[in-house]
Amino acid sequence: MINDLFITGHCHIRDNTVFLNGAVVHEQKGTDFPTFAKSVYQKFGIDYSKFFKMDNLSKLAFLAADLLLKGNNSKEERNIALVLSNRTSSLDTDRRHQESITNKDSYFPSPAVFVYTLPNICMGEISIRHQLHSENAFFIFEKFNAEYLHTYAESLILDKKAEQVLCGWIDVDNEKYEAFLYVVGKSGTFTHSIAQITRLYQNK
Amino acid sequence: MSKAYLSYNSIVSSYGFDSLSAIEKIKREVSSLQVFEDKDILPDRFCASRISTDELEEAFDRLGPKEPYTKLEKMFILTLKNSISASGLELDDRVGLILSTTKGNIDVLQESGPFAKNRVYLSEMGRKIKDFLGFQNDAIVLSNACVSGILAIAVAKRLIAQGKFDHVFVAGGDLVTKFILSGFNAFQALSNEPCRPYCKTRSGINIGEVGASVLVTKDIAELNDTSVEVLGESSCNDANHISGPSRTGEGLYRSVISAMGQAQLSPLDIDFVSAHGTATPFNDEMEAIAFNRAGLQKVPLNSLKGYFGHTLGASGLLETIVGMHSLHQNTLYASKGFHEMGVSKSLNIIEKTKSASLKTFLKTASGFGGCNTAVVFRKVAS
Repeated sequence: MINDLFITGHCHIRDNTVFLNGAVVHEQKGTDFPTFAKSVYQKFGIDYSKFFKMDNLSKLAFLAADLLLKGNNSKEERNIALVLSNRTSSLDTDRRHQESITNKDSYFPSPAVFVYTLPNICMGEISIRHQLHSENAFFIFEKFNAEYLHTYAESLILDKKAEQVLCGWIDVDNEKYEAFLYVVGKSGTFTHSIAQITRLYQNK
Repeated sequence: MSKAYLSYNSIVSSYGFDSLSAIEKIKREVSSLQVFEDKDILPDRFCASRISTDELEEAFDRLGPKEPYTKLEKMFILTLKNSISASGLELDDRVGLILSTTKGNIDVLQESGPFAKNRVYLSEMGRKIKDFLGFQNDAIVLSNACVSGILAIAVAKRLIAQGKFDHVFVAGGDLVTKFILSGFNAFQALSNEPCRPYCKTRSGINIGEVGASVLVTKDIAELNDTSVEVLGESSCNDANHISGPSRTGEGLYRSVISAMGQAQLSPLDIDFVSAHGTATPFNDEMEAIAFNRAGLQKVPLNSLKGYFGHTLGASGLLETIVGMHSLHQNTLYASKGFHEMGVSKSLNIIEKTKSASLKTFLKTASGFGGCNTAVVFRKVAS
């Protein structure tokens, strides 16, 4: 085990509110997720037209990742691995694809929907946006699993597979959604420990 | 850092319900792909490798199930039961379980079977499999498109290196479903005849279904006569497109270079490449570019998709297991379906199954989301 890893930043998006490093930076109550997501996009001046083609899971992951990673504009390639997890996999979009093939009369599967029927696609979107040629891994758990993410992020840095790891939970299930992403690296305010990750996650 | 080895393994496929049934047929260049006309699954004719539901049921019933299980759960349980029994390991708290799948019980979304709707959640599937087999640790489910199966081996190695487990059973599985076939068909990626990876006349993929499993262990006392050591592994994203392969093979190239670097091997030290080779025009072309950039163009190479089809979340694991047998039998298996070079860079495609002295192989996979994984294995003397 090593003690010199830190949580360099964390972002929570839930209940139509965006928290960045614990502070509320945006909220828009009373709208559905796509409308709220668009309000986050506008609020932070993001200019990336592909955003509007994404499914809800990718939009959520993209926004949380953008808030955490955009501060670093150096041209040097960053070796940031992505380790995300959730409960619902891509089921939110799987149901849309299923609807398009259930009835013979309205059978019309779409490639633009089908491509999002994999949970790791949201990591592909983040990789393209931030030009990350690093490792991606998507895990499914019943609930947020701080212990596992801690072990896995540490192994990637110890094994020199990555210098930083963008970790967390990104879940969309019908009307319910939640993102909690954090960056693990060699500097930061909080020690990278299971207790600290759990505390930051619960301080929603 | 502790070493990680692969040993006891099992392949539940339409060839039969153990690894050797598949290996014996592959050695004789016999494919398990068949053409189906089944309008409940796809309006058009399709070519696939499908496990007989009746035969699976019969084999599964011998394990004495006390409640209904989905087809995929039966495949997972059967393959894992084979590997666990062969290893003789007691499933204590030092033994982990990783399940690799892209879609899990996705058929539960459409069928009004005996299963509650929550069975489609992958953690629920993991719980059913864990409980049936008596694992003490919860299943870790990895769902990372078509690299899942090979990435799962790298994940197991890391969890062992971190001291979380001493042994990990890694299993991969996915089904041939209406969900999957309709989606790939919408991409115009399906071939309705047996696929032909790297061939000039290739016209797309076939989907196949298998349940495959292997024991990953740090303990040399747990090795068997098919064992290999994991020498190096790496995963790199293309950062280019979510559904199209990179034109430069960037992510695959980087993965291969990094995995060979960790293994401290050069292209000359690799005895064969077990490639992804889906038989779509773009994928195979991308691989040819990446392998040439990595200096692997002269190394004998095959794709096993002509035998099993593309088995999605199981494929990387399945093809690793076949590679283990290939090494220990000192036999290079033909890349079935290949007739005439159909990629722009040269590759040394294995056209006929033949004997060769083998020590090491490189396994690669690439998938939607721009993900790529490469792992280098070395034979361990039995």
